[in-house]
Amino acid sequence: MLSRVADSVYWMSRYFERADHCARVLDATYNLMLNPSKPTTDQRWQRITARLGLGNETMDLDPQTAMVRLLCDVTNRSSIVSCIASARENASQVREQISSEMWEKLNQLYHEVTHAAASMERDAEPLRLFAVIREGSYQFNGVTDATMNHGEAWQFVQFGKYMERGCALPALLDAVFSLASGADDLDWVGLLASCSAFEAYCKVYTADLKPERVAEFLLLHSEFPYTVRYAIEQMHAALDSIARMVSVRKAGQMERIVGRLRSSLAYAQIDDIISRDFHRFLNSIIEQCHSLHVAAHELYIEYPIESAFEA
Amino acid sequence: MATSTSLTEQTNPGVFGGYQLGEAYDEMFRANGRPRPHYRALYSRLLSLPREELRRHKQEADLSFFNQGITFTVYGREEGTERIFPHDLLPRIIPNSEWERVERGLTQRITALNAFLKDIYHERKILKDGCIPGEIIYTCKHFRRQMRGVKVPRDVYVSVCGTDLIRLPDGSFVVLEDNLRVPSGVSYMLTSRKVMKQIFPLMFRKCGVRPIEHYSQALLSTLRSLAPEGRSNTTIVLLTPGVYNSAYFEHAYLARQMGIELVEGRDLVVHEDMVYMRTTSGLQRVDVIYRRVDDDFLDPLAFRPDSSLGAAGLFSAYRAGNVVLANAMGTGVADDKAIYAYVPKIIKYYLDQEPILNNVETLLMTDESARQHVCQNLQRYVVKAVGESGGYGMLIGPHSTAALREEFRARIEREPRNYIAQPTLNLSTAPCFVDNGRIEPRHVDLRPYVLFGEKVTIVPGGLTRVALQKGSLVVNSSQGGGSKDTWVLQS
Repeated sequence: MLSRVADSVYWMSRYFERADHCARVLDATYNLMLNPSKPTTDQRWQRITARLGLGNETMDLDPQTAMVRLLCDVTNRSSIVSCIASARENASQVREQISSEMWEKLNQLYHEVTHAAASMERDAEPLRLFAVIREGSYQFNGVTDATMNHGEAWQFVQFGKYMERGCALPALLDAVFSLASGADDLDWVGLLASCSAFEAYCKVYTADLKPERVAEFLLLHSEFPYTVRYAIEQMHAALDSIARMVSVRKAGQMERIVGRLRSSLAYAQIDDIISRDFHRFLNSIIEQCHSLHVAAHELYIEYPIESAFEA
Repeated sequence: MATSTSLTEQTNPGVFGGYQLGEAYDEMFRANGRPRPHYRALYSRLLSLPREELRRHKQEADLSFFNQGITFTVYGREEGTERIFPHDLLPRIIPNSEWERVERGLTQRITALNAFLKDIYHERKILKDGCIPGEIIYTCKHFRRQMRGVKVPRDVYVSVCGTDLIRLPDGSFVVLEDNLRVPSGVSYMLTSRKVMKQIFPLMFRKCGVRPIEHYSQALLSTLRSLAPEGRSNTTIVLLTPGVYNSAYFEHAYLARQMGIELVEGRDLVVHEDMVYMRTTSGLQRVDVIYRRVDDDFLDPLAFRPDSSLGAAGLFSAYRAGNVVLANAMGTGVADDKAIYAYVPKIIKYYLDQEPILNNVETLLMTDESARQHVCQNLQRYVVKAVGESGGYGMLIGPHSTAALREEFRARIEREPRNYIAQPTLNLSTAPCFVDNGRIEPRHVDLRPYVLFGEKVTIVPGGLTRVALQKGSLVVNSSQGGGSKDTWVLQS
């Protein structure tokens, strides 16, 4: 397939996942903020919103303003509305390659969200908008799997989605765990809810909420889709399928990175990770994901012309 | 005469109650209440249908177009506005005997125009023989000096052509203009047929409508027949300016129908005079480009340096014979509206035949006496800029304001080479289902699509464009025109 097309479906998928992730986290965190305030809650909110794209400016913003900046500020490229617009923009470039149901769903969600965001005033509205995005996301992911040919383009959709998740989850864990000492059960419920993982966690560990168990689950669990390990396994599977579909090329660098990432999680023990430097561990995953993105990009999208002529 | 008067006084029944025949040739009626033989089946069907049912059919058709996303973009406003292409419910019917003549005429015309293009870019015999003044060629803004001496496969310059025909009050078809660069609209012809089959399934069998669905295959074989020799697995692509182009829907549609890759300029790479597309499996050699990008934008190194729609080095690869462009570069010289006036001579010169399809009388503004005459009688003429298409840059005398006429008069005096004038023509009318639920006549033209590769292929029919506003003579989609399905009958 054309490199441009692969790049567009990849970014469509990444931006969509980014919007989805941001909505889940804001939704869960906003719910926590409705409880009587603790000093750590505000700090945690700041760290989370910083990692969601507000950076340092979040320090000067009151929570409501920060929320609006992340939800519907079109001048902020990390806002949910901007991410959905970017996903749609990429999809519109490759409308012929994705299914018409996908386009319709994305287009519909875009119009709903921009419309609602433009008129957002009342308190309850962020929550309603989160619900709209959550529903829209389930539907978009559903029609993508159900109506798109599971060929090369779909594999790039998968790769994009799990790349985004593989970067966003460690960032979220880092923001929350950097303030783990002041956290109570509600905070852990909030974190799990950000990943729609509360029920799944309980089935494994019961409702006994322990920080290291929560970390273990969201980092290392291999079967729940909203975990770091699952995301990396899916990236590996997608890249593996792509490599088999295109004629043999020099994929060594890419395979090394993804292999190292997989084994660092497959053979890891949570006690080891936490007792050493959790912050460093999480950030090294993000860095490796980034290297993987670059390697894949250089292999399939922006390869130098000369390399294509080497026998 | 007495009988014909009494016939026109007779009124039309039922849904045709408001159908008023004018001066123009009417495709359906010879006279009030007297449909032409090839329209009889449709006529009686329409009379038997309750009006409500017609409305329902119209809604079904509109919905089907909407769902298929059959849209086009109108320029000249902020960003482009995407619109559903307006479609009329009733087919325009052409009997086979008339169609055969059209087909022969179009074949003759495209053959002569290709011979002309080859001559102009090589020996220039027609100029040396004084049949056409050389100046008119060299002053044409679509003449490409770079194409001199460039050999094109099979000597085919124009492999896809859309010729606009109109029918005069005497019933004869004449050529209004040739579109030899990147003619569009064929996707509307194809999708409109699909919708009509859902709505009037029985009428198709009853009337014996000749199929057009093989257009995409015919286009693909035409493109394949132009591939450079000695290449076993030829790769054919469609080059589009991108999603913001007004005809993007058509580009995507045709690429999908032919099963070829839809590429943009940024997908193409030229290396040592070979053209490649950038794929996830590496660079893939491209042999034939069905390009829907104008000459000027194809190669920033050879033409407009500010273009990002083409690929740097494409022209050099083309000249080296390593890639084929369809249509060839420089074909615009043959559809310049001033050169159009010479097409009958061109046919005579290369084929030694009389034209089967005539031209519309055309006055060149470079001719002093014609210019004076036209400038004094602008309200009676249609004035067109020679290098424009799509209904842009045009004055329709009878429907113009004094201020606009004054503006055109000044423009003509300033740049006479850039304008031609034609008498205002009464395009034929065809029945249309209009908003008030009645059937009324509207002016139409006909754009058949001609393919030229190994042989000439013309699918029976084409795009019938309709001036949807009552009395209007402008059929261009950019100016509020719509389309109809065109039925060429078996017998």
